[in-house]
Amino acid sequence: MPNNDYIIEIKDVTKIYKADGVETIALNGINLKLKRGDFLAITGRSGSGKSTLMHIIGLLDKPTSGVYFLNGTDVSKFDEDKLALLRNKSLGFVFQSFNLLQRTTAVENVCLPAVYAGIPENERMQKARVLLDELGLLEQSNKKPNQMSGGQQQRVAIARALINDPSIILADEPTGNLDTKSGKDVMKILKSLNKNGKTIILITHEQDIAMQAKKILHLEDGKIN
Amino acid sequence: MDIKELLKLSLRAITANKLRSFLTTLGIVIGVFSIIVLVSIGSGINSYVTTQISSLGSNIFEVLPGGEGNVFGGILSANLKLQDSENVQRNLTGIGKVTPLLQQAAIIKYKNIKIKDAFVGGVSYQYPEVVTSLKMKYGIFFTKSQQLSGAPTVVLGYKINEKFFKNQNSVGNKIYVGEKQYRIVGVADKTGTALGTFDRDNIVYIPVEQAQSQFGTSYIRQIVVSANSKELMPLAIKRVEATLLKRLTKDDFSIETAESISETITNVTNVLSLALGGIAAISLLVGGIGVANIMLVSVTERTREIGLRKALGAKRSDILKQFLLESVLISVTGGLIGIALGIAASLIIARLLVSTVTPWSVFIAFGFSVLVGVIFGMAPAIRASKLNPIEALRYE
Repeated sequence: MPNNDYIIEIKDVTKIYKADGVETIALNGINLKLKRGDFLAITGRSGSGKSTLMHIIGLLDKPTSGVYFLNGTDVSKFDEDKLALLRNKSLGFVFQSFNLLQRTTAVENVCLPAVYAGIPENERMQKARVLLDELGLLEQSNKKPNQMSGGQQQRVAIARALINDPSIILADEPTGNLDTKSGKDVMKILKSLNKNGKTIILITHEQDIAMQAKKILHLEDGKIN
Repeated sequence: MDIKELLKLSLRAITANKLRSFLTTLGIVIGVFSIIVLVSIGSGINSYVTTQISSLGSNIFEVLPGGEGNVFGGILSANLKLQDSENVQRNLTGIGKVTPLLQQAAIIKYKNIKIKDAFVGGVSYQYPEVVTSLKMKYGIFFTKSQQLSGAPTVVLGYKINEKFFKNQNSVGNKIYVGEKQYRIVGVADKTGTALGTFDRDNIVYIPVEQAQSQFGTSYIRQIVVSANSKELMPLAIKRVEATLLKRLTKDDFSIETAESISETITNVTNVLSLALGGIAAISLLVGGIGVANIMLVSVTERTREIGLRKALGAKRSDILKQFLLESVLISVTGGLIGIALGIAASLIIARLLVSTVTPWSVFIAFGFSVLVGVIFGMAPAIRASKLNPIEALRYE
């Protein structure tokens, strides 16, 4: 039975990719439990399965077998629209390459998940400005991504991940494209979000970044090591 | 996702590639434009012909050589004689007036002015009483005694008098029809009407006997009958048939009323309108394929964006709507521009030739352009909505 103490509970999750008749086992019997307010770093070399695990946790992919409880609900059998809704409300994504929409201002980028949540324009713009202000980007509100530094862009992306106030933040190599100082800033933000109660899952291959998390999960060949 | 946000997104995408959007829109503009213009020309010809025919009068009918349903073949048959026309007149006393008609193109000449495309109409003195739309400007139509005397008299059509005498009163002058000289006894006023190639102002009228000897024939082209009232039409037709059947068989002649002629011609012009509209619709189809093509490019270019939107919570239907609206916007914009240009062009053509803008062609053209946007936008939009967010996010 699912335990409501856990925000994320993954049981015996396996992911097998089939291509041209060849089976690749990306994840092999993963078990994982996270409580609210946890800060987990998933590490491993490329091909270890950490991205696949991230996609499954992020509801972008479904496991081949096993179950996934999110907030005590089995989401393994959810259809696409239900998953989209959950991604929108419960998860915030931060990507290595920022993934901001070009030709779109910072504040509008931040608003994007709120648009899909159906929040009225005035309300979401106000929320977005507050978030940008907290991240020290108020002056960049009307700038477009190509007018901002990498660090600024990643902070815009973090604001975007926060706009629907999700309980979980998924960060996939968030410092990977940043210089040391900006990388430190981003980690500082993630840590303070964690202090304020957000559950953070961080994917990284850098040991010193992983060390800043409360827990570390090391993947090798699709298994927890 | 609300419609305002969707509109903003689509407009931004369209304006991001101005030249590309313009060229795609142009395809729809051309398609809609040609539908409206070609259909307008078609219906213009239609209403022009109908007015021309009804201007002849609703109580007029014609007896043509050749059997029923033999509209054009009748021109080739020759079996109506002058005698038939006279017999018909005798049996229509008090019911209607009759004139034979033998028209043919001929060269006419006044001094050193030559007109090569004029028609010569061999008719009887009763012609103005039968075709009442013909009014005299100068002089009189030739009389019964002038016709019977065999004197070479001629009545000029308006345009002929314009060319030969610059609209001056030319009664008493002499002109040549072919090799024979005729004295002008009257000039007709402008009728402003034409029947096919038979311009009723570009004609000269001579007594039918003169025309027969001039053209070397003992036949006539048709008998024109005008009933004294519309109510007498059925009786007149019956009498004419009975009279003619004494000498001829049913296959030798046919009776055409203004209505039946206009019906026949309307059928022809309707087919013409449809054919023109069909050709134009093909160009709209090509425009639609252009929209589909550019939308596929747009989806491919924005694969990452689609992946991101899905990761952030966009449902399939959100993505579908976004791309569908984009293609509909392109098509509708093209449709509206095409309609505006098409109406403008049709109005200009209406001044030079004939053309009538029909509301239904505008509605159909607009409806088609919306439909094109939906149909040709559907496949790319579905493709976009089905993209897997992980793969889309990885796409470079």
